[in-house]
Amino acid sequence: MTETLRGQAAIVGIATAGAGQAPGRMSIELLGEAAIAALRDAGIPLGEVDGVFAATGVHGLPALSVAEYLGLSPRYIEGTNIGGSSFENHLLQAAAALQAGLCEVALIAYGSNQRTAGGRLVSLSEPQWHETPYRPRHPITGYAMAAARYMYQYGATREDLAAVAVAARKWANRNPEAFARGPLSIEDVLKSRMVSDPLTVADCCLVTDGGAACVLVRADRARDLRRKPIYLLGAGVAASHRSIAQMRDLTVTAAVESGERAFAMAGVGRKDVDLLMLYDAFTINTILFLEDLGYCPKGEGGRFVASGAIDPGGALNVNTNGGGLSCVHPGMYGLFLIVEAVTQLRGQAGERQVEAETALCHGNGGTLASQATAILGTQETL
Amino acid sequence: MADNAKILGPEAQFKAYLAEGRFMIQRSRSTGRHVFYPRVAVPGSGETDLEWVPASGEGTVYSITVNRTREGSYNIALVDLAEGPRLMSRIEGAETAPIGTRVKARIASIEGEPALVFDVASQA
Repeated sequence: MTETLRGQAAIVGIATAGAGQAPGRMSIELLGEAAIAALRDAGIPLGEVDGVFAATGVHGLPALSVAEYLGLSPRYIEGTNIGGSSFENHLLQAAAALQAGLCEVALIAYGSNQRTAGGRLVSLSEPQWHETPYRPRHPITGYAMAAARYMYQYGATREDLAAVAVAARKWANRNPEAFARGPLSIEDVLKSRMVSDPLTVADCCLVTDGGAACVLVRADRARDLRRKPIYLLGAGVAASHRSIAQMRDLTVTAAVESGERAFAMAGVGRKDVDLLMLYDAFTINTILFLEDLGYCPKGEGGRFVASGAIDPGGALNVNTNGGGLSCVHPGMYGLFLIVEAVTQLRGQAGERQVEAETALCHGNGGTLASQATAILGTQETL
Repeated sequence: MADNAKILGPEAQFKAYLAEGRFMIQRSRSTGRHVFYPRVAVPGSGETDLEWVPASGEGTVYSITVNRTREGSYNIALVDLAEGPRLMSRIEGAETAPIGTRVKARIASIEGEPALVFDVASQA
């Protein structure tokens, strides 16, 4: 049944706003700027948006706040918040809603001013009573425990983790919009301040500001719009836990399931994908997702990245914008994965452009808790 | 109604036991499966025949990190209980402990509330 969604909806507009530092601008303002810019990119009037998809770190009822701020009267409303992967989930929900005729123009939007608002990760997450006495620092505690367990089980090293940060920086150095640019060596990462063993500050994503948005319509309309349509070929979602203590195996994420679902719907193989956008909130993420999505065997990811496989010019094109580690990470990063994938598939990525007809966006939320995979392709992949 | 007023939910019951100095854990009568954190049913299969049994207090460090701040450092650990479930806690008496270390539960006071902590088990 699900294969009927393949190629039925397309992303026809994208934008970011204030990515990096945006002093004096509120989260909803960054979201609003991105939304308006994405609609202009698509050439669709604001008033035609009848499907609103939003999740933020500051809104308890995000879809309502977004609809009101933009002056919309949506007939399809989706505010599911599963953390940073919410937006890959929204792609799936938007495609389904468009296909079912429940809306005609779907807007997915996000914004955060967390860097200038305080410089710390902001979260609406409810505390878990069985964790709070031990003062875990969310989200890094969970990721640090996953990294420690992964190193214990598979003999991976801090140098392997560092290779992820270094590869991301090499890509960022080709992206004028990346927030963190300049040289970064394995040694630099290892010598950075330890935050939560074994992760240093250089193993952690940036804390930036930024808004992002994308616009989807059904494929038949997409072909008549001004931008090259980028089709949703397949998507899948999975969740394994809420508290890191409830994650069965800290070295295997539910990306195994979300990836299988997305590949099955898209009808493409691993090797058919030209670009991997993997949610790199921490260096361990990229390693786990390369394995769990089927790009290298479990336990081999550390050695794989240390070999230069994800560096520019390496075996795989991974996180070509510089990732959450070096490009942008305003609390929830999932929508920025989509913006970069579409930019690459349109051929608008400048110095960092890779040859790509198919791209995979893999979102992650909570402490490795929710996983959402979306595979995008150009007209040629239909 | 009168009976209902006397029944503590699983979270409150667990905390009440801790306040008495007892580490109790839920076990399903029919499946023998232990459950932590305490819930109204076995996760995944839904059995509601949960009874409280004393926990052995024996565990193994599954993973651990040291949170480093300007105010000082402290560890946060995931401990696999001998009964099966995993919980978050901390290892006392050491900055950290290697994964695989055998540990033993103790009820301590954290910010005035009883809470489980673990000590490295003596090498017998």
